[in-house]
Amino acid sequence: MLFRLVEKTLNYARKKSPWFLHLDTGGCNGCSIELFAVLNPRYDIERFGGLSKANPRHTDILLIDGAVTKKIRPRLERIYQQTPEPKVVVAVGSCAISKGIFHDAYNIDGPLDKIMPVDVYIPGCPPKPEAILQGVMKALQLWEEKHE
Amino acid sequence: MKEKDVRKCYILPVGPQHPMYVEAENLMVHLDGETIVNVDVNIGYMHRGIEELMQRRNYIQNIYLAERICGICSGIHTVTYCQCIENLIGLEIPERAKYIRTIILELERLHSHFLFFGVMAYEMGLDTVFMYTWKDREAVLDILEMISGNRVNYGMSAVGGVRRDVPENRIPEMIKKLDYLEKRGQYYAKVFYSDKLIRKRSVGLGLLPKKLVDKYSIVGPVARASGVKTDVRKDIPYLVYDKIDWNVIVREEGDVLARIMVKIYEVFESIKILKACLKALPGLEKTLKVKAPFVIETNEAVSVTEAPRGELFYYAVSNGTDKPERLRIRTPSFVNIANSLGILLKGQQLADLPIIVASIDPCFSCCDRVTLIDVKSGERKTVDEAYLKRLEERK
Repeated sequence: MLFRLVEKTLNYARKKSPWFLHLDTGGCNGCSIELFAVLNPRYDIERFGGLSKANPRHTDILLIDGAVTKKIRPRLERIYQQTPEPKVVVAVGSCAISKGIFHDAYNIDGPLDKIMPVDVYIPGCPPKPEAILQGVMKALQLWEEKHE
Repeated sequence: MKEKDVRKCYILPVGPQHPMYVEAENLMVHLDGETIVNVDVNIGYMHRGIEELMQRRNYIQNIYLAERICGICSGIHTVTYCQCIENLIGLEIPERAKYIRTIILELERLHSHFLFFGVMAYEMGLDTVFMYTWKDREAVLDILEMISGNRVNYGMSAVGGVRRDVPENRIPEMIKKLDYLEKRGQYYAKVFYSDKLIRKRSVGLGLLPKKLVDKYSIVGPVARASGVKTDVRKDIPYLVYDKIDWNVIVREEGDVLARIMVKIYEVFESIKILKACLKALPGLEKTLKVKAPFVIETNEAVSVTEAPRGELFYYAVSNGTDKPERLRIRTPSFVNIANSLGILLKGQQLADLPIIVASIDPCFSCCDRVTLIDVKSGERKTVDEAYLKRLEERK
């Protein structure tokens, strides 16, 4: 009884502060820069209670951009496994969605949804910060649903 | 330290996924206590094989591929590529196109430098300065958006000219934003030069002596901060850089602070160039582009430009078809990372590693081509953000 109450309270708290992890898996840096720009005062993603963190073990929402290169693929899989459930994966940009302009490159193992289940897709090369904000809001809703 | 002792060192892998930078790379740091003895740079996580892709696509498609080599320097990559192809054909572009290309390149330098100030402040633990600089960077992106409609990949250059004109009715608005940026630049010059905390974390740190710059072919602002007057815009002028009055910024100290100050004063020079270009623009002929052939005869050409991070070099060979035989790209980040990291980090404290690495403004998406050194087997430990931040704060 007490245990459930504690867990309920914890879940309530968790819902209000999801942590993000951002990983570039072999894009051109464009999406990374726009994801970083979302942190700045004009867009300010942190007003939704989220924090950008680097440790996958503390993460709730994975923001992944870039067509997945062969060298980073094992690391990406490990990061996905290290992230605790429930988790939401967001594919940011054309490269993560469909390999984009690098579709016939020899060193690309993507797209992302071939490697892990993806929940939210944000299209664009690169997507505008407003689009990223909307995608992250969708991911937050999904994550709350997954929690229940 | 003797060979025998080096083997006893503690090897600390930093990366591939870690809080210092958004991009993935791996540094194998050999430690003796808290002192760095040696660093193995292990890059290649971002390698996509662009040079090979370019041989399979035609000259027009390659413009967009060149743009996606790096999202920060997207403008300079397309301009250098287009210049290289124009040299292959022997094409002279219209005067207006030259001015518009210069405007795009200098705006890109501005946004790249503001980004660098933010990253430097972030690595030093000054989040407020990070927020300030990134807020000001949005003003540069606004101007870019006014001109091209895009924030990151502008799609402005084409072989033979540019694709869009600068809207002349919005030039006063742009000048107003540039005035604002100049004011902010002066503020950052004051903050970075006089703040006690920043001075403690940057003066005398990551020293690169002048005599090593030539030996290790260091380019760009890193070389200029070590007292070497090198700038492709002055040495081999391209576009309209020889028609405008501006100076090369050089500092003698060669430490982290010198690298920051060089970039801060370059911001003022960029604004000077931009204002001169925007002033000259209304008096020029309206032609934006000349027609370029689709198929190019057998020839070879080079093109050199000054990217925000240093000298960018393209070499192209054509073979009488619509696809290039070979394209070689030499990016400034590659030489700076591969050649200077070892010298800069040797003998420094582990807690200073993020600051020193950030001070050469690394950008891994354009430098990843081959793996340099294999990851050595040895004792391992993964560093997390908390650990590095704790180290930084303790200092």
